[in-house]
Formats: sequence, structure tokens, C-alpha cells
Amino acid sequence: MTRFILKRIGLALITLFLLSVIVFAISTILPGNVGRSVLGPFATQESVDALNEQLGTNRPIIEQYWDWASGLVQGDLGTSLTLQVPAWDLLQPALENSLKLALVAFLICVPVSIVGGVIAGLRYGGITDKGITIAGISFAAMPEFVTGIILILIFGIWLGWLPVTAQAPEGSNLLTQVKYLLLPALTLTLVLFGYIARITRAGMIDALDSDYTRTAYLKGLPSSVVVRKHVLRNALLPTIAVVAVQVGYLVGGLVAVEVLFNYQGIGLLIYESAREKDLPLLTAGVLVVGIVYLIVTLIADILYAMLNPRIRFGTAE
Amino acid sequence: MSAVAAPEPTPTPVTARSESRAARSERLRLLLRTPTVLIGVLVIGFWVFCALFPGIVCPYNPIFDNQLPTSEPPSWAYPFGTDTNGRDVFSRVLAGSRSVLLIAPAAVIIGTVLGTTLGLITGYFRGVVDDVTGRFIDAVLALPLIVTAILIVTAVGSSSRWVVALTIGLIFTPVISRTVRAAVLAEAELDYVQAARLRGERPPYIMFSEILPNVLAPIVVEFTVRLGYAIFAVATLTFIGFGVQPPSPDWAAQINQYYTFIDPYWWMTLFPALAIASLVVSVNLVADGVREVYER
Repeated sequence: MTRFILKRIGLALITLFLLSVIVFAISTILPGNVGRSVLGPFATQESVDALNEQLGTNRPIIEQYWDWASGLVQGDLGTSLTLQVPAWDLLQPALENSLKLALVAFLICVPVSIVGGVIAGLRYGGITDKGITIAGISFAAMPEFVTGIILILIFGIWLGWLPVTAQAPEGSNLLTQVKYLLLPALTLTLVLFGYIARITRAGMIDALDSDYTRTAYLKGLPSSVVVRKHVLRNALLPTIAVVAVQVGYLVGGLVAVEVLFNYQGIGLLIYESAREKDLPLLTAGVLVVGIVYLIVTLIADILYAMLNPRIRFGTAE
Repeated sequence: MSAVAAPEPTPTPVTARSESRAARSERLRLLLRTPTVLIGVLVIGFWVFCALFPGIVCPYNPIFDNQLPTSEPPSWAYPFGTDTNGRDVFSRVLAGSRSVLLIAPAAVIIGTVLGTTLGLITGYFRGVVDDVTGRFIDAVLALPLIVTAILIVTAVGSSSRWVVALTIGLIFTPVISRTVRAAVLAEAELDYVQAARLRGERPPYIMFSEILPNVLAPIVVEFTVRLGYAIFAVATLTFIGFGVQPPSPDWAAQINQYYTFIDPYWWMTLFPALAIASLVVSVNLVADGVREVYER
């Protein structure tokens, strides 16, 4: 078990290193001339040279990466070009806001999707199953901003139940904040529902079809006990892995949702830094998104291992 | 024809080909018998038709300012209303499928060609190349598609439609190569690959002429699934202002232009949004059917 966890942490660190190389390569090598690409074709050569000097992008690539990466290790994510403040000072509050939104979305989404998947699995092949599956595929397929617009129209404008912006007024209590977050969270929920419900459903069908379930039925257990003690425990295991992967997706989905609802999260910050051509801030934001994803999948991996007796007792990897 | 071919002791390449053709037409028949696939195909067909012949389907000019009254709510004369520039929203929605139906398939074709090549190479050679690529792919997958796309488009400094197509294609490459690699790994163990190797065939020949035809099924499935994601990604990028720009009637570009006026001008945003929804849902219904037919 300890070996398993250490191995996963090691792998995550390697992935993190490669991630930093990729992000660095895209943001530094791809533009060719960073100063030119930030300032545009009409800037004078002097101002381009000056910006390259200031950013240090006129030095050899390896040296640049080394400087940037050793800064990262010490917690220095670089400096925003347009605002001239450390990128982390902007990213930290944005990340907190995004995590708040993601948390509300998850608290709604995970139970609803699992229940949906379990029902679909129990009613495998029936009308309820088809309905849940098709609704899941449809919502998962729709871009978040499309779902968001439809929800804004129905619940925000026509029914007038919920506020259409996500940012609660300054100093409002927790309940009001959650109320403001409901529409964007619901948008993310609808998109995630399909993925999570699908995996839960597949897990249910597998478990229902297994020998141990048949044995449980044949030894005379009531079906509620069979489902609760035998089927669910096995069916929900793969769901955990999917939920973790979807967190990564969630952060990507946040960009569109935060732009639509004008919510000051990391998605909106990434969007704004891209519009302002603030490459250092954008690079830092992208890297933070990647790190969040790696941490969440690492936790999910470990959780999965702890819940799965085959890994817990070290009989399989 | 398969009934005649079956008892033959040594199937010649010709019967093998006709058998695979039979399997293909059987799959197609199965596909078109699934109601969800049929609905999907019809809706996609409708949008492709609109993209090809906007002149026939649009009652008004979708791009240039018309002399219509501005910001009219939906009525019999203008079923989807008019926008703030006096353009008929119905005409703009009908003309709006064009760019996404160009960019998304282009992106998936780029991704499929590159991803298949990479998957064949890593799956066939395995070893160090495979390990290193695998680690890199893990790292790429740690970033959400849209976030990576925003970074690339900003770094390149241009978000023309072909930059967007190439960007999304490149981001799809690792994912597709994973799928192809897994299929190649299973295939490379089989006798015909060993035989080709013993015959002294070169690796490129074995990969592309021997293995590739046998891993087409997962590639087809991956292609249709990715097409849905590509439309999703292109629309999202356009919505946040990268890619096609106004005055193009592109759906996401329309939404980008008008979503801040959604109250009270809801029709300028809702109808393009429903159009996007109809297209992505259709593509995904078809993709789901394809997956079911190919993976049974």
C-alpha cells in the first residue's frame, strides 16, 4: 500500500515536470518572438527588444526554462505583464472562487449522477434507462455556455428564481453566496451528469450480472440487501476514478461558465489574460490548472486503492 | 454471399474482402435501424444542407445589414426575431452552421491522421519511445482541452479558423494515439504480424498495410466521438472570442455578440444556442450508435 502510494506520487511528479516543459514550450517557443507576438505587428523594434529584454526571452531556451522552473519550485509563478504584480497574487483569490463554484457543483452533481446511474442500471434496457442515458449523452454533449444560456433564460429571466450573475454582493452570507452559485453550478452539473451516470450504470450492469450477485440472490437474500451490500459496493468503485478525471474537465468547463456568468474565478482570469496577451499570467494560470488536476487525480488514485481490497492487501497493482 | 464463402477451406483475399464488405453493410444496416442514429443523421444532414446552400434556405441576407426593423421579437414575419442590426435571426441561424462544420471535421481529420500514426508507432515498437510518449501524453491530458487551446492560440497570436482547427487537431492527437496504441498492442501479438516480420517486411509496411486495416474499427469510433468534442471545443472557443468573428453568422459568434443583452433580447441568443445544441447532440447520438455497433 505504501509502495503503491509512493509510486503514484513519483509518477505525478514526473508528469508535473513534463507538464511544465510542455507549457513552457508552448508559451515561449511557439510565439517565435515573444515580444513581437505580445505587442503586435505595428510595435517598433525597440519596444519589442525592450520587452524581450524585460521578460528575458532573448536568452537561450534552456537557460530560460531553468530560471522559470527554479522560480516555480520556490513558489514564484512569474509576474503579470499588464498588472505588474506577482501572478500568484491574482491566481490565488481566483482559484479560491473557482474551488467554491466547483465544490457547489460537485455536491449537487455527484449524488444526483450516481443515483441516476444506479436507477438506469437497475432498470437496464427499460424506458427509464433509455431516458436517463439519452438525457445524459445530450447534456454531456452540449457546450457549457449553451446549457448555461438555456438555464439563465428559464430560471433567471422567465421564472426569475435565481440571480443571473454568479458574483454575490460583497459581504453576503453563505446562503446568499450559494444561491448566486446555483445557476453556474447547475450548468456544470448537467454537463457532468452524463459521464458519471454512464460509468455508474456500466458498473451496476457488470455487478448485477456477476456470479456473486447470483449467489446472493440464490441464497435467499432480499433484493434490497443484495443491491446495497453486494452490487453497489462493487459498482461504485469505477465511479470514483471517473469523478476525479471529471475534475480536470470541470476546470476547463469553468472557463466558459465563468465568462458567461462573469464570475471572478481562474477560468475568467485565464480568459482575460489571453485577451490581454498577458502570456506570463496565462502560463501561470494554465500551470495551476494542471497542478490542481494532478493533485485531485492523485488523491482519487489513493482513495481508490484504499477502497479496493485487491490493491489494499497488495495482491494486485 | 457469406453463406457461399464459409465452407471454402482456404479463403482467398477476394472472399476476405467481400466478407468484410458484408460486415460493413451489416453494420450500416444496424446503424440506420437505431432510431436515435437516424434522427441524428437527419439533423446533421439538414445542417450540412444549410451550410452548402445558404442562398436557398435563408429568406433574408444573413450577414449584411438589412432594412428590417431592429430588435423585433419573434413574429410570423420573422420567426426568430431580428437582431440589433436589423438582420433576420432565422436566416442567420440557418447560415450559421457553415464555419463549425468546416473547422470541426478538419480538426478531427488532423488529429486522427497524426494520432493514428503516433499510436501505430508507439504500439508497434513499444520500449523507450512508447514509455516517453506515454508520460508526455499523461502530462498533456492533465490540461483541459479548452485551456490548452487558449494557451496555444494566444502564443501563436492568431485565432484564424485554420489555427483553431490545427490547435484542436494537435490536442486530440495524444488521446487518439492512446486508443490506437491499445488496439495495436493486441494486434501485434497475432500470427499475421509475426509472419510479416519473419518474411522480412519493413516496419512501416507492417504498421500501415498489415495492422492499420485491422484496427480501423476503434479509429472509426474514435473519429465520430472526437467530432462531437471538436464541435464542442470550436463553439466554446468562438463563444469566448477566439476563432470566427462577427459579422459571421456562426452560432457561437452570434451568442458572443448578444449574450450580454439576453434580458430582454433573449431570441438573439436562444435560437443560435438551440442550433448548437441540436448539432452536438445529433453528432453524439450518431457516435454512440457507431460505438455500440462496432464494439459488440
